[in-house]
Amino acid sequence: MTTAPTPGLHLAVALDGTGWHPASWREPGARADELFTGGFWVDQVREAEAGLLDLVTFEDSFAIDSDRPDRVQGRLDAQLIALRVGPVTSHIGLVPTVVTTHTEPFHVSTEIATLDFATEGRAGVRVKVSSKPDEYALFGRREYGTEDRESLFDEAADHIEVQRRLWDSWEDDAEIRDAATGRFVDREKLHYIDFSGAHFSVRGPSITPRPPQGQPVVTALAHVDVAYRLAARGTDLVFVTPGGVGRDGPTGDAGAILRQVRAEEAAVGREGDPLHVLGDLLVVLDDSADAARARLARLDETDGGELRSDARILTGTVADVADVLESWHGAGLAGARLRPAVTSTDLPRITRELVPELRRRGLFRTAYGAHTLRGHFGLARPADRYARA
Amino acid sequence: MPKQIHLAAHFPGVNNTTVWSDPASGSHIEFESFRRFAQAAERGKFDFLFLAEGLRLREQGGEIYDLDVMGRPDNVAILQALAAVTERIGLAGTVNSTFNEPLDVARKLATLDHLSAGRAAWNVVTSWDEFTGENFRRGGYLPKDKRYLRAQEMLATAQALWDSWAPGEVVADAASGRFVRDTDAGRFAIRSDQFDISGRFPVPRSPQGRPVIIQAGDSEEGREFAAASADAIFTRHAELDAGKEFYADVKARLAKFGRRPEDLKILPAATFVLGDTEEEAAENARQVQYQQVGPQTAIAFAEQVWNRDLSDVDPDGPVPSFDPKTEDDVDSGAHISKGRASVRMYRDPVATANEWRELGEREGLSLREVVIRKNGRHTFVGTPQRVADTIDEFVQSDASDGFVLVPHITPGGMDPFVDRVVPLLQEKGSFRADYEGTTLREHLGLQPSPTTVAAVSVEA
Repeated sequence: MTTAPTPGLHLAVALDGTGWHPASWREPGARADELFTGGFWVDQVREAEAGLLDLVTFEDSFAIDSDRPDRVQGRLDAQLIALRVGPVTSHIGLVPTVVTTHTEPFHVSTEIATLDFATEGRAGVRVKVSSKPDEYALFGRREYGTEDRESLFDEAADHIEVQRRLWDSWEDDAEIRDAATGRFVDREKLHYIDFSGAHFSVRGPSITPRPPQGQPVVTALAHVDVAYRLAARGTDLVFVTPGGVGRDGPTGDAGAILRQVRAEEAAVGREGDPLHVLGDLLVVLDDSADAARARLARLDETDGGELRSDARILTGTVADVADVLESWHGAGLAGARLRPAVTSTDLPRITRELVPELRRRGLFRTAYGAHTLRGHFGLARPADRYARA
Repeated sequence: MPKQIHLAAHFPGVNNTTVWSDPASGSHIEFESFRRFAQAAERGKFDFLFLAEGLRLREQGGEIYDLDVMGRPDNVAILQALAAVTERIGLAGTVNSTFNEPLDVARKLATLDHLSAGRAAWNVVTSWDEFTGENFRRGGYLPKDKRYLRAQEMLATAQALWDSWAPGEVVADAASGRFVRDTDAGRFAIRSDQFDISGRFPVPRSPQGRPVIIQAGDSEEGREFAAASADAIFTRHAELDAGKEFYADVKARLAKFGRRPEDLKILPAATFVLGDTEEEAAENARQVQYQQVGPQTAIAFAEQVWNRDLSDVDPDGPVPSFDPKTEDDVDSGAHISKGRASVRMYRDPVATANEWRELGEREGLSLREVVIRKNGRHTFVGTPQRVADTIDEFVQSDASDGFVLVPHITPGGMDPFVDRVVPLLQEKGSFRADYEGTTLREHLGLQPSPTTVAAVSVEA
């Protein structure tokens, strides 16, 4: 059931524009004027890959987050950013965000499969439920607030299920190229998925053959029970926020969250590998805790208000971060996803200082041991659900 | 300087063009195949690379059609990945207007344009059956008479979204703390027959302003739509006289939309087979035709006309003497062939069957040979010099502005054309020796700001 455990921590970075502090774009070196170019994203991901990180995630939203002229406005499609970066990186996992509420599971499944082909097995996807009225108006298909949260999360679970069935809808050896009979494929190895749910029905099979990983890695960010349940039902990884704040208030510490996640896994009867749970941490790093606090104060002053975050904000040194990660690891988390406050400053701190610090503590790899995202997490390439044994 | 030729390379889709049994035929799905194909076309200084889309595997006789190469990536996704390993070549993909929403499509194409530094193009098509709809949220909801309307509104809406950001809106001035000039940038509200959407479009104006718009269509409605709203039109008219007629007709329509003849490029689809001598080329072409239409494929093509199982018919025997089944319209769910646009050509199957039978009897051809004659003709067959001369003649005599070339081998099939024909076109001075601009709009010789207009008005 479970494959060999990977020693040490898993480390991810969440990329969002120039960083997670709204004033980050005004920092020297932020390259805000290049935000909509390929080079901007390639350089960030290469920096993360130089630190041998497991993966990067790309935030996404259809709506513009702010109407303030002093905030970044606009963003590119996260899946296409990942695809632009894919061919010019070699090991790091690429995990774009997809909003399940407004997208077609068929399109998302083939896009993520394509990312997996273009990266030879480094694709993942982070599913997200739409919680913004603006996004509903941009699509004009359904009215905001008329469906309860449970229903939207059920739809997200269905979305994942359809993606996964489509990935399996071509068996690995479906392509036969049999000149004698003129057949390119063995259609016995192509499968209708016949999914029927409350929000959509999808017949299948996929137009895209089974991707290199078989099943790309599915992830979600979760702060509350309904989201832990979604992760338990359908994802491989879940990002959580120890010491942070969710919609329903404080999320609890790493141990408490982990117990909730495991309880949901038991409740839904999850089979196969248990969820890999990674803690989210927003980081403002400097040589000393005082210097880091001064940095944050300066950023907050520029923005005109205190930084707010669902994840815990750590203002300090890389050693402080390493301490937190080590304690989370002790509590049973698989690792962490770091949100750099200012990507141009805090990402190099992560890759060039935090990573060596974690290595000194015996907590992080010194070389990539695999070249697929599943491989980084010790997840075996799964058998095809439709294949006859 | 002679009139300039525009060339596109079409990575073959899922039909019988690709000779997958050839030892030179490689993967149709691995990224390496796409990389190699795109880089060959870029080495040949082609205007753009074109990829069609797939939304459902085709079926015949109630089963998945298994005779052709099949399985493909999401085309916009793979074009975006190819932007990382090419520098100049345009990246064009088909995106359906029926099973997508305008906000999502406009955002993806604007992103492709940003992340390729101005090389994106969109071939706008409508979908035509409930069969495809079974893979999507909307299902087969769209009545036949609304398909064109939806395509027109989809394009008009996408254009409104792209135009919602003025040039230079993003200033990103750290010192003054101003990221955008106007916090209403991207604001839109659109109400039309098909759409009721509002808010702010999330992607700032892309390098080309709007991606290049391509349409395919030979019908009256299609020509008019393209004359108003497209930068390039794909057509089947790859014969000299028919080409000239089509060219003159479409170009004449532009003026009433305030556009110049050169604002819309006419690009027929074309295949090619080369040889060192004319005889060798002809023999090569014959062999490719027989590979493309094997015995099973010949029967499958005949079944699409006869609309019934013909598995007991001998492909090497005569064309069947009985008539096709005509009670099922090709658009109805009952037709033997599903998910295949070409079947719509057989509007009068009895007449087509008669035509086939007469040809077979007149020239003593078997069913397979008739199918080859009807479906397997190659556009350009000859020595590289002969092919270069023919292409140049087409363009100089206003039968087209260039061609969309589709090879029969993946991924190396474009190499012989690039290595042997392109240099001859360059010698003539009618094809670029190197790229002069960086955007697809520049390659195509289009005006820097889009001249296309909406074919329908949406209230924006």
